Amino acid sequence: MGTGAHATQRRLVVVGNGMVSHKLLELLAARGAHDSWDVVAFGDERRPAYDRVHLSSFFDGGSADGLLLGDVDGATIHTGEEVVAVDRDRATVRTNLGREVRYDALVLATGSVPFVPPVPGKDAEGCFVYRTIDDLESIAAFAAGCRTGAVVGGGLLGLEAANALLQLGLETHVVEFAPRLMPVQVDDVGGAVLRRHVEALGVAIHTGCQTTQIVVGDRGQVSGMAFADGEQVEVDLVVFSAGIRPRDSLAAAAGLEIGERGGVVVDERCQTGDPRIFAIGECAHVAGRTWGLVAPGYQMARVVADRLCGGDATFGGSDLSTKLKLLGVEVASFGDAFGAGDEASEDVSFHDPIAGVYRRLVVDAASRQIIGGILVGDASQYDALASMARGDLSTPADIAPLAAPVGAAGAAAPMGVEALAGGASICSCNGITKDDICGAIATNELRDPGSVKKCTGAGTGCGGCMPMVTQLLGIELANAGIEVPNHLCEHFAYSRQDLFDLIRVESITSFAELLERHGQGLGCEICKPAVASILASTGNGYILDGEQAALQDTNDHFLANLQRDGTYSVVPRVPGGEITPDQLITLGQVAKDFGLYTKITGGQRIDLFGARVEQLPAIWGRLIDVGMESGHAYGKALRTVKSCVGRTWCRYGVQDSTGMAVQLELRYRGLRAPHKLKLAVSGCVRECAEAQGKDVGVIATEKGWNLFVAGNGGARPQHAVLFATDIDDEALVRYIDRFLMYYIRTADRLERTATWFNKLDGGLEQLRRVIVDDALGICDQLDAEMARHVDTYQCEWKATLESPERLARFRTFVNSDEPDPTIVFVSERGQPRPVREDERALL
Amino acid sequence: MTVTESSVWVDVCPLEAIVPERGVAALVDGAQVAVFRLRSDELLAIANCDPFSGAHVLSRGLVGSVGDRVTLASPIYKQRFDLRTGSCLDDDAVSVAVYEARIADGLVQLRAT
Repeated sequence: MGTGAHATQRRLVVVGNGMVSHKLLELLAARGAHDSWDVVAFGDERRPAYDRVHLSSFFDGGSADGLLLGDVDGATIHTGEEVVAVDRDRATVRTNLGREVRYDALVLATGSVPFVPPVPGKDAEGCFVYRTIDDLESIAAFAAGCRTGAVVGGGLLGLEAANALLQLGLETHVVEFAPRLMPVQVDDVGGAVLRRHVEALGVAIHTGCQTTQIVVGDRGQVSGMAFADGEQVEVDLVVFSAGIRPRDSLAAAAGLEIGERGGVVVDERCQTGDPRIFAIGECAHVAGRTWGLVAPGYQMARVVADRLCGGDATFGGSDLSTKLKLLGVEVASFGDAFGAGDEASEDVSFHDPIAGVYRRLVVDAASRQIIGGILVGDASQYDALASMARGDLSTPADIAPLAAPVGAAGAAAPMGVEALAGGASICSCNGITKDDICGAIATNELRDPGSVKKCTGAGTGCGGCMPMVTQLLGIELANAGIEVPNHLCEHFAYSRQDLFDLIRVESITSFAELLERHGQGLGCEICKPAVASILASTGNGYILDGEQAALQDTNDHFLANLQRDGTYSVVPRVPGGEITPDQLITLGQVAKDFGLYTKITGGQRIDLFGARVEQLPAIWGRLIDVGMESGHAYGKALRTVKSCVGRTWCRYGVQDSTGMAVQLELRYRGLRAPHKLKLAVSGCVRECAEAQGKDVGVIATEKGWNLFVAGNGGARPQHAVLFATDIDDEALVRYIDRFLMYYIRTADRLERTATWFNKLDGGLEQLRRVIVDDALGICDQLDAEMARHVDTYQCEWKATLESPERLARFRTFVNSDEPDPTIVFVSERGQPRPVREDERALL
Repeated sequence: MTVTESSVWVDVCPLEAIVPERGVAALVDGAQVAVFRLRSDELLAIANCDPFSGAHVLSRGLVGSVGDRVTLASPIYKQRFDLRTGSCLDDDAVSVAVYEARIADGLVQLRAT
């Protein structure tokens, strides 16, 4: 630091580099404060600021990098360096690396630390806290050898941690001292409804339960827990998530005032007794308390940013309303949720134990306005109700329908963002109003939610307002008469799903017929393969006969993968990665005979590169002779079902994962879909087949299989979500059948299952309702469609070789038997590869 | 020297050798030409070399339309070319050579240049 400092600059030191610190740096950058302030921040974690609110997404689809909050202009950030002392007399801070930095202003944004109750055994190997990405990585690494895990704490963070353990495939316990889950946010009835949801996921809940000891095994490792009532449970791993404590020791050592229950005491300017020192976020004690949520922290950051720029903003408290989705259950609490602040309040409540829905609205008896409430199981009305509690929206005269379930007779229609006043807050984390967003949409011609988020900053905090932002965008665009079509291309004014339904309902069997009835022009490289895929999914004939031949991408046209030099690669199917010595020998011999480059793929197969069009039939003739078949590596279709060796050989395997993988691969081979499909089966929780990164992942348990869906590797890795646990072979296959067919029916073109799932209204719960409970009444159709696929499958290469007509296309030139003279190989590491342009001149 | 018309038109293949809305590659005097057959049996031909990748593969691309223009999308990186003018729709600076093609006595013919 100092290198870029101007002589007139004063120095601001920020201690801590969490979300609130990051927000402060962003605000300062946005206000151009770097002309007057040289900003230096220290964070003790090795990563720069990241999104701690969505920490558990690390386990269900996110990644450490995906959580990072991004760079900030103009600030010097030292990560992995902790400020260990503040010398107020000399106005300096000292770090653990011995660095000393002078400050003109100091902001403490040190956050909080997890509270670990003082029980014996709490430091044993296998005990963790849940606060940082490093914590998550330690938990994940340790969990690989574990069967069961327990979370101490049934609050918001505890349930997040429980979700993480479930995602790791552990049998999960939650231990809560209070008589109900989430005691701060919900009441007894809400807690009971929440409990039933969570138990349905297989989590064992122990409420009113005090942990007295962590039982430690012979090797110093956690082996169980003992409770005050004498009960014991066996667990291999414990996560403490029993609340947080402000991290105020640095301030205390510097002689600053500390609140009775912790926290650096500051005034409404967020200033400590030392006018040069401020405190913000979870470490600050302001307006009579500490604030353990991100939104008030951001408000404090805004106050300090304003003060450093000469303003006079103040912090007078914050709205603690929250809406969360924990373990797939929506939970919200807003305003005066318990009616505690209003003696003359009355409740209107609705409780459906069967559907698992609870709504409690707290109404001020005199004014008849809603002042707070609790929602469990369905928080779809949260935005409107919380707006009423804030006073941004007036409460209708008839309150009872607001508590009734959506869709029930007499229930209020979902109240949208339309009803909100212009000054109403949409993103409470960042203080962004409806007017702000509408203005930005009009001024900057924003057309998608991502752009609105980027332009306004709305949704960059907890993200809970994004549905409202999306809805608002839709309304604004509709009002402005702007259409945002999801049309496939200029030839069809329909989405892929629309076309799928048209083709299915009208029994359309050709592109020409579809184009004539519903399209225009000749078609193009977008709609032709998309329609070809739909026709393959609905009709399942040989994909290259008749008119279909003209629709296929070159890969499908030649049943091989086009490479950059115009040659193709050949990938025979190796179901489950299981291959015989004779097949291996044949593959090697074929590669030698045709001069092909060979490589092992990521999907446990062998890829042969450098085949010319006219060589493909001869190569396939040899492969089919030893019982191999098309691997469909060229198609938007099932690729592989990867597997580990499983119980058959492995000491740890609990089921025959290879056998299941082979069964699944043979069932779904040749199934064409909006995009490629990758599956995997692991024989135990060690997950050697990496099933949680696949479209469909299966992990063996002692009792059967855990089914994961909608994972992804590749460019946008996403963790699969746990769909069902401990199911038998029959249920496993049935659920996968339906999942795949539902995806094929409804996804957009080139949309992987992960993206499709992320956009699915109702998320995992809705997917379960469709597939398990048959809520749409389409399971019979999905089952029949898959049965037809399985019955009519044929190897496309075998069918091609049997027909001289089909073989006719496999030549480079229609008027010559010469090969393409421009295809040239050179040798590298003992194998052929395409010549580079700079080498071609030398040959 | 007098050159009769028949000497510059080269027979390539029977019309049925090309599936409607697909193409084939032909060697004409050492040059690689991609010939496409539309549904109307109109024939359009361009150079077979994809200028973006250097691979001789345009004959394996997909025929389509953009407004009134008949296009061909390269199978390598999907750039589109106007089959009548050879100009690339996705990069103004790039175009491919166009060849004359016709049907004579049920045979596809290309005019050698």
